[in-house]
Amino acid sequence: MIEQSVQRRRGEAALDEARLRQQAIGVKLRQMFDEVVSEPVPDEFIEILRRADRRSGDG
Amino acid sequence: MPQRSPRAVPDPANDEAFKRELIGLIPHLRAFARTLAGDPASADDLAQDAMMKAWDARASFEMGTNMKAWTFMILRNQFYSEKRRAWRQTQLDQEAAERTLIAVDDPEAPVALDELRLGLGMLPAEQREALILVGAGGFAYEEAAAICGCAVGTVKSRVSRARKALQAILEDGAYQRDGGSAGDAMSAILADAERLSTGE
Repeated sequence: MIEQSVQRRRGEAALDEARLRQQAIGVKLRQMFDEVVSEPVPDEFIEILRRADRRSGDG
Repeated sequence: MPQRSPRAVPDPANDEAFKRELIGLIPHLRAFARTLAGDPASADDLAQDAMMKAWDARASFEMGTNMKAWTFMILRNQFYSEKRRAWRQTQLDQEAAERTLIAVDDPEAPVALDELRLGLGMLPAEQREALILVGAGGFAYEEAAAICGCAVGTVKSRVSRARKALQAILEDGAYQRDGGSAGDAMSAILADAERLSTGE
């Protein structure tokens, strides 16, 4: 009986540990992505879009 | 009179709203492109192409639906059709292409992030993509499935396999690191994540 509950607790601890590791990986993944999201957008992007918008306005 | 497109006639007001939303998505398109293309410059080319494709196709977009998912789908299709074209042209072998997918050329990058990138680079492309869309891009499984053109269950199993594989890679130090010791990437990531969550 005691043996079983010890094992169960060990199992739960391992599960918590695995969850913690997955959460940590998730945090880093988002950080990696957000790093690029927060970079300033090169002017080129807006410039290209503005030119295209002007073209469609003329046509 | 049946109208197939809601905007067969140019509508400046709608175009303006579309443009505003599209501009707001540029940072996200750049980030997604960075996970697909080999280096930041070709990633930006890809993001620009996708942005223009989205602009040209604006008449077929239904305002009020998820434009982020729609533009990500365009970007992804663009990437894979260019890649297919490149394969035909240069007979590039797949392995070489996979190796260049995740650029690791920023010496300033924190070690744990660097190793996460290396680890991601070792995952099969479809697993990496699913994990990035759901785990970093903030998409629901259903949205990620629409972007990748596959079933929701497929995305779920890819994400789950990717998570397990990535954790194993980071724990074993199985990624290749030029010369340096593989180190304990997982504990660096755990420490970093803890610092991030308490520091905010």
